[in-house]
Amino acid sequence: MERIEVLKTYKIFIGGQFPRTESGRYYPLKLKNNMTVNVSLSSRKDYRNAVIAARGAFSGWSARAAFNRGQILYRIAEMLEGRKDQFLEELKQLGYTPAAAKKEVEQSIDRLVYYAGWCDKYQQLFSSVNPVATSHFNFSVPEPMGVVAILADESSALLGLVSVIAPAIAGGNTCIVLASESKPTCSITFAEVIATSDVPGGVVNIVTGSRKELHSHFSSHMDVNAIINCNTEKDFNKTIGENASLNVKRVFTWNRNWSDEKEQGPYYITDLQEIKTTWHPIENIGVSGIKY
Amino acid sequence: MAKKEAKKLEYFTDWKYAPSPEATDHIRLQKQYDLFINGKFVKPNSGKYFDTINPATEEKISSIAEANDKDVDSAVKAARGAYDKIWSKMPAKERAKYIYRIARLIQERARELSVIETLDGGKSIRESRDIDVPLAANHFFYYAGWADKLEYAFPNRNPKSLGVAGQVIPWNFPLLMAAWKIAPALATGNTVVLKPAETTSLTALKLAEIIQESGLPDGVVNIITGHGPVGASMVNHKDINKIAFTGSTGVGKWIQKAIAGTDKKLTLELGGKAANIIFEDAPINQAVEGIINGIFFNQGHVCCAGSRLFVQESVAEEVIKKLKDRLETLIVGDPLDKNTDIGAINSKMQLNKINEYLKIGINDGAEMYQSSCSIPKKGFFVRPTLFLNTSQSHRISQEEIFGPVLAIQTFRTIEEVIEKANNIPYGLSAGVWTDKGSRIFNLTSKLRAGVVWANTYNKFDPTSPFGGYKESGFGREGGLHGLMPYLKF
Repeated sequence: MERIEVLKTYKIFIGGQFPRTESGRYYPLKLKNNMTVNVSLSSRKDYRNAVIAARGAFSGWSARAAFNRGQILYRIAEMLEGRKDQFLEELKQLGYTPAAAKKEVEQSIDRLVYYAGWCDKYQQLFSSVNPVATSHFNFSVPEPMGVVAILADESSALLGLVSVIAPAIAGGNTCIVLASESKPTCSITFAEVIATSDVPGGVVNIVTGSRKELHSHFSSHMDVNAIINCNTEKDFNKTIGENASLNVKRVFTWNRNWSDEKEQGPYYITDLQEIKTTWHPIENIGVSGIKY
Repeated sequence: MAKKEAKKLEYFTDWKYAPSPEATDHIRLQKQYDLFINGKFVKPNSGKYFDTINPATEEKISSIAEANDKDVDSAVKAARGAYDKIWSKMPAKERAKYIYRIARLIQERARELSVIETLDGGKSIRESRDIDVPLAANHFFYYAGWADKLEYAFPNRNPKSLGVAGQVIPWNFPLLMAAWKIAPALATGNTVVLKPAETTSLTALKLAEIIQESGLPDGVVNIITGHGPVGASMVNHKDINKIAFTGSTGVGKWIQKAIAGTDKKLTLELGGKAANIIFEDAPINQAVEGIINGIFFNQGHVCCAGSRLFVQESVAEEVIKKLKDRLETLIVGDPLDKNTDIGAINSKMQLNKINEYLKIGINDGAEMYQSSCSIPKKGFFVRPTLFLNTSQSHRISQEEIFGPVLAIQTFRTIEEVIEKANNIPYGLSAGVWTDKGSRIFNLTSKLRAGVVWANTYNKFDPTSPFGGYKESGFGREGGLHGLMPYLKF
């Protein structure tokens, strides 16, 4: 008799764990092989739990040496490369052609390597020593914003996710991502990659569900510092903008074609950074000048 | 007020550490090493080999090929071919992946590399394990990331690679210097011919093996071994676009002269005679640790060693007493022992040079103080040494000794110490010890040196530019600034 395949249960990813949605709800997703996956229809409460996890992970992650963050991002790329075949298959089940699937996975890996390199480099480009007129040593450095909520690109199963998570965490932020509603399975498999790449629990949290239901919660939470929407729904953006004003969240609309090689760069990191300026006095004795 | 009897630390003889030698049975070394040219190990044209020895035992470790002009020429041809056909045409992000691979392979083989570094060079295993090798790996990892980001580093310019880089490195940090040279050169799209120092070729040759394993296209990195004439031949080779040299100021000046009138681009990282300045408000215990680390790190074979100590007069007595006490606790001996602080002097030649300077110091009228520790009978060792009552005109206060020898002067005012610290042809680094932040920034702006450490010393990081003022050379290695010497615009 033919062996029966074991099917995977797609859960969500919060604080390094893989719970089911607390709501117990699901939405069915039909794959190309005619199998149906019951995807978690995450609730406001799931999101709130994810924010707690992200906030908890922030102090540790942002305090990591930039170089260490770079190594961890590179590790994610290594893990993804090793599980390439699994993603190719999953993308096919979501309707990608083999060629499109290959491109999606390879670009995702390269993008992770690209941002791994930025972890300890953007600071040198965007910091400054400011030549103030008084006797002060005055310098400005970027610092991560904090917890970032992301509504990922609906049209892309993996690359859209990677392209927003990578710059957010490269810069020391932690995040909660709502995966593509119509292509959610890859996001949970990608969570497994993250979970095995030395990324501390809570730095990346991924939930699946309805953007219509969750966008207002994503934008109204008082302990979230920034929100990124990668989609175009005009009325959602209005709500998001209004809700963001509750605690002056930074709002970004990154509605991009992520498969374009140009849609990567340090400005995706600096969007999610604050600038901190420090003043320090310079003693002014011994002013005889420098002779040598 | 009665003067308090100064407390003296007692060092009981039964406090000795048990030997804790690092195992050497896991390393892979060959009896003989050839030249690494065009992706293969090839025999030298001369047919000659020289011995590389363990400076702690004076025993032979392996034979190393002696390159000649013909070998230099074939290495340059290989580098030029790889540059023209492959490396300059490869997309930057793919170039990056090779450099990342090299970084990972160094990490994976870190233990082996650190043992070989210690065997061949004499530095303590603690330093090669915790500093040299990890920093070397990190340097590759860091510069790998720059490969596809150069246009962000130099906005409104169009950064382009130079071509073939000829790199000559010293014996004090053999693998680390190779990393400092190769990593930025590759990231910026150049190909490389590297010559390690003749006393410490082994880790560079192990790096050649790693480069082979990484699949880096043949000829992108070539490593040729030998003595001074090999370096001279590289400097004079017509098809090299860039010379990068770390070593003595004397040789640096010779190179600068030799390439005068050519289009070769040059960076020089030369000698130093760093001032380490202690103010009376400094946290004295930390400062003493910093002075010790500043001068005795790597047996003092460090171009940025804090070899001139300036102590403010009011705390001089306390600082010098504590320094002497601390000197007694330093463990000098077997570099492979994990408790060793000061290992072997790199070569007989260097040992003679240091001993010569000790005589000069005494003859000039300075007061010598040495640790009472015993040193091994075999191998090249010297006791950690302080010179008290030195003056600015003493040769030991002016010339680079490159050994565990500290010249101590005192000062009263900040003007005086700035004047004295700067009044020297060198300008590589300096140290400042004070509790007052405003004074640190005053000093960092007044000291004519490329690196100033405040309340710390001898710190290195791939992101941090390193290099000198004045006769300590020009160009920077590390960080964004370290890309510039390998680019044209």
